[in-house]
Amino acid sequence: MRERFLTGYNDFVLPFVFGMLFVLTYCLIGMIRLIMQLPAKDRKRFFLSLITPKILFKDIKDIFLKCLIHVDLWKRNKLLGYMHSSIAFGWFMIILVGHIEVFLYTSNLGIKALYYPIFFRYFVAETESTMKGSLIFFLMDFFLLVILSGIALAIIKRVRSRFFGMRRTTNPSFLDLVGLYSLWAIFPLRLLAESFTADISGGSFLTKSLNYVFTEFLSNHANMLPAWWAYSCALGIFFCVLPFTRYMHIPTEILLIPLRNAGIRIVNARKGLAKAQVYSCPSCGLCIDACPMGVMKSNIKDTTVYLNRQIRRNNEARIEEISDKCLLCAKCTAICPVGVEGDKLRIAQRSMRRYNFGPDYSNIDTSVLSEQCNKFVTNQNKNVSLTDSKRVLYFSGCMTALTPAIRKATESLLGKAGIEYEIMDRDGGICCGRPMFMAGRFDQAEQMVRKNTEIILGSGADTLLLSCPICYKIFREQYELPGITIIHHTELFGDLVSSGRLKVRKDDTKYVFHDPCELGRGCGIYEQPRQALSAAGDLVEAAKNRKESICCGGSLGSLTLSFEKRKAMTENALTNLTAASPDTIVTACPLCLNTFGRYADRPVEDIAQVLDRKTN
Amino acid sequence: MDFGFKISPSSAINLDNVDTVKFEQLHDMEPDVYKCMACGSCTSTCPANRFSGMSMRKVILALQRGKEKDVVSMMRNCMLCGKCTMVCPRGINTRHLILSICRIYREDGK
Repeated sequence: MRERFLTGYNDFVLPFVFGMLFVLTYCLIGMIRLIMQLPAKDRKRFFLSLITPKILFKDIKDIFLKCLIHVDLWKRNKLLGYMHSSIAFGWFMIILVGHIEVFLYTSNLGIKALYYPIFFRYFVAETESTMKGSLIFFLMDFFLLVILSGIALAIIKRVRSRFFGMRRTTNPSFLDLVGLYSLWAIFPLRLLAESFTADISGGSFLTKSLNYVFTEFLSNHANMLPAWWAYSCALGIFFCVLPFTRYMHIPTEILLIPLRNAGIRIVNARKGLAKAQVYSCPSCGLCIDACPMGVMKSNIKDTTVYLNRQIRRNNEARIEEISDKCLLCAKCTAICPVGVEGDKLRIAQRSMRRYNFGPDYSNIDTSVLSEQCNKFVTNQNKNVSLTDSKRVLYFSGCMTALTPAIRKATESLLGKAGIEYEIMDRDGGICCGRPMFMAGRFDQAEQMVRKNTEIILGSGADTLLLSCPICYKIFREQYELPGITIIHHTELFGDLVSSGRLKVRKDDTKYVFHDPCELGRGCGIYEQPRQALSAAGDLVEAAKNRKESICCGGSLGSLTLSFEKRKAMTENALTNLTAASPDTIVTACPLCLNTFGRYADRPVEDIAQVLDRKTN
Repeated sequence: MDFGFKISPSSAINLDNVDTVKFEQLHDMEPDVYKCMACGSCTSTCPANRFSGMSMRKVILALQRGKEKDVVSMMRNCMLCGKCTMVCPRGINTRHLILSICRIYREDGK
């Protein structure tokens, strides 16, 4: 390639250069600030993760697969995946090949390195060295075509999102629209600009062919300059608005992935990891369709994508409203392609609230509660030889107190399986702390955790059995109980049924299993309850199940949703469950049982009740 | 307009010296607080009742009578477990009501 101009410069590069320098400076400063906001311990952990080869390799792999290829979207919907990866991966390849081409064909770049890789074709004329554009020029044209196909799909998606498996999409803000239109304009303008110069600087199947068309009626080469100006302006505008639009997710996600892989958690509601998550939100709107509150149109603006937008705008009133309304079912977290944790983000917002006074449990005497469940301790003292069998401590939890049938059935099953057990809260005990934790009052929750830990450790049991997934989640995550196995009753029954210790009679009743939010998405228990149920009857699946199961609407997560407003959500969840017309709806959460029981048109039972009825 | 007669201002004397400003504030935030019919379902399910005598029914009554200190001591052991909300026949969101009380009232009763 040979340079066409002595200076190697034209004024049209200015908008692009300005935009690029602006966005790079902004991202660099933003990144440093964000890392400085992390607590010292987390920051150290983050830096250590960057020099650990295993984590570093995972970072690179994740960045490639998630940011460029968008694997999660591919799994969700092929067309949606293609649209995103064609633009992201295509653009990345154009930038990469563009740089390779510049460094191959020119020398002594200097300051020109800033804009040459982008506007290379304007400044050079083709010589023999390019092999008539057979390889590199072909690649450039090919990836440009890939991007253009992606842009075409993006335009179709704006009009009809249903083609992409999305019922609703996000309502873009004004600046989002500016960014969107400038992004759409960049690549057609690039094609136009390169086509004008293709007979001088060379091109491939796309640009060369267009050039033949243009020379028919636009033979004057002076026409090329406006096209290059327009291309540069579109880039400049896109880069200048980028930090204030949803496109900020492009640079932020590259930071979020290493932060997540380093194992950092949200500490501050607005700083550090929370900030990285908020800015990583691409406003794709997948969470809108996923949200169980979406059955009522008035709740659509309270989904995670809008929470992220309001946090970016510091709109405190709306942040409070959105974070208090949420059911914390964590479905948005489960389906989010970039890994924004909608539930944890909201709990963090709630923890910012200031109260004039708060509960304090120091007056509760745990020794009184311990005395009610110290069977194992007294037995141990009398009896020296320890049996091999499990010593189970059953904590039924507050919610089970409202649905005593579950406790009765669980006790009966434990008896049938010959397991020695003791009930921790026969006459009511201390709450597990999860509801308080969900309300964002961590200190109070921590106090309850400590009190319960004292009781459990003093009981001499080696297994803690829970029948409420809400308790189960906090016991697994926040309690430190060395030497004690924490299990949910579905896990225990699954094991007992498959090992044959519980003989279940099978008949042809059709059961559907509802995955409770805290048990499925919260703790990853999907298989054991299904195993146990299929031993008792014919197991059918709900339309949306497992990771995508729909919250019953009764969740304690929501602080503000009133009783009447939850009804529509429960009915929607029931419609989803009864898609395969089961005879009985089975769940494994006392709260779901209570909520469904209110509106269901067929029997709703806990898994313990079903199994208890069918065993001898 | 002159009808030849006037409605005279009420001559009732309010001898109640309870300061209801805070309760009005609470009522603005939680209009449902007037829905309570004092059935006591919340109290009978409350796990904190055995520890601090917590009773949502009493809390609502005591607030209207200005007995704020009693309320604070009752609510000392509330665990926010939400059973009271689930059993309330009037559909009052008692959990949010409790959080609002914690926001408005103070421990020292001021």
